[in-house]
Amino acid sequence: MNETLKLTLIAIGILLALLTIAAGLIWVERRMLAAWQDRYGPNRVGPFGILQVVADMIKMFFKEDWIPPFADKSVFILAPAIVMVTILLSFVIIPFAPGILVADINIGLLFFLAMSSLGAYSVVLGGWASNNKYSLLGAVRGAAQMISYEVFMGLSVMGVVIMAGSFNMTDIVLAQKNVWFFIPQFLGFVIFFIAGIAETHRLPFDIPEAESELIAGYHSEYSGMKFGMFFVGEYLGITLISALITTLFFGGWLGFGFLPPVVWFLIKMFAFILFFILLRASLPRPRYDQLMSFGWKILLPLSLLNLLVTGALVLYFT
Amino acid sequence: MFSIIRSLWLTFLHMFHKRVTIEYPEEKAPLPPRWRGRIILSRDPDGMERCVGCYLCAAACPVDCIALQATEDENGRRYPEFFRINFSRCIFCGYCEDACPTYAIQLIPDFEMGEYDRQNLVYEKEDLLIAGQGKYHGYNYYREAGVDVGVKGKGEGENEDKPVDVRTLMP
Repeated sequence: MNETLKLTLIAIGILLALLTIAAGLIWVERRMLAAWQDRYGPNRVGPFGILQVVADMIKMFFKEDWIPPFADKSVFILAPAIVMVTILLSFVIIPFAPGILVADINIGLLFFLAMSSLGAYSVVLGGWASNNKYSLLGAVRGAAQMISYEVFMGLSVMGVVIMAGSFNMTDIVLAQKNVWFFIPQFLGFVIFFIAGIAETHRLPFDIPEAESELIAGYHSEYSGMKFGMFFVGEYLGITLISALITTLFFGGWLGFGFLPPVVWFLIKMFAFILFFILLRASLPRPRYDQLMSFGWKILLPLSLLNLLVTGALVLYFT
Repeated sequence: MFSIIRSLWLTFLHMFHKRVTIEYPEEKAPLPPRWRGRIILSRDPDGMERCVGCYLCAAACPVDCIALQATEDENGRRYPEFFRINFSRCIFCGYCEDACPTYAIQLIPDFEMGEYDRQNLVYEKEDLLIAGQGKYHGYNYYREAGVDVGVKGKGEGENEDKPVDVRTLMP
């Protein structure tokens, strides 16, 4: 009973912390983008403008939640829920610190890959149900992008799995006691990071929602809290990819002792979140066919090569 | 590949640059003296209204936001009976200032005219008139004009010759 209660509390705590982080990221992103563009960003509401998050949320909740009459109503409502559910479920496997994780399952990494594949449905269904040309174009692009980049996202982490000898996230972290995997698996890290950007469809790979071409892409027709779910889902996605990079390549909670493990994890995670924002601040969006050919012609062969070499070396030395 | 990393680095360095934002209500942006902002009616050096009610500003106004009615005092000096500018229509083009023959109407560097009630943007003559001479000091139309409206006698103006008795102008 006591154990169940503890697990429930941990799960609820992680959920609340994640939602707070995702909402806070709205403010962080705006401030950091402003910092990199020689502006101040929102600095009026509360100290350093941090209550901007509250203002944004109040605004979002009180907006009219309009469902277009031409939309496929049930699917239209379902789509934004899928993105939240799949991403939040992916966090189940992330070990924030020893003991602070929801489920220590032995196929952890596979569970994440499965959930991120399901996440593609939210883009596709959202765009399809909107019954709008821009949304449909965005959805088609999103589906193609997420499915292609998922292929080598999975392949690029296989190097880590080979070196750690396990799909279990805790085991992967513990296997990095001596050297963090981004040194032996640098190529895998770079490929995973690029695939992660494409997976969360963040800039520079925000082709499914390219504002200059498709208004808002697959969520053009969404308003109110349904749009908010896509919005928060995007930030949750950034947090998830950053947390995964931290776990897989940067030693998870491992650090230098003088801080508690969970703080080390958060520091590393936030460094990657900031890097996501820096990418948005500096890089232009590639064309759709450039994105596709970059994925299939460069990243896929590279990740296969990485897998081959890692496998060969591990076999040779053991 | 290198150029991507370079642009990331250069963007990162912008964090340490000076902000270009002017935090407006606390810190005012420097406005050039010829900035076209709020419209005022100036007075001549004697403290009288410069406006002679010629309607040129109203004619020049592309959005028809100026309304006035000319009248005369007991000396025959023309002045506007009312002078009304609807600032909710005004586009601050400055044509009225260009058209004004007496430097009466002038645009000044002030743009803080926000109102909650649209009707408050209609400025009457008492709102427009200022105590000073605005941008053009020392100019008094009636001191240079030929007419006698109680400012000066006929022929006593600056650069003005005494009136000629036409009956002496014989060929």
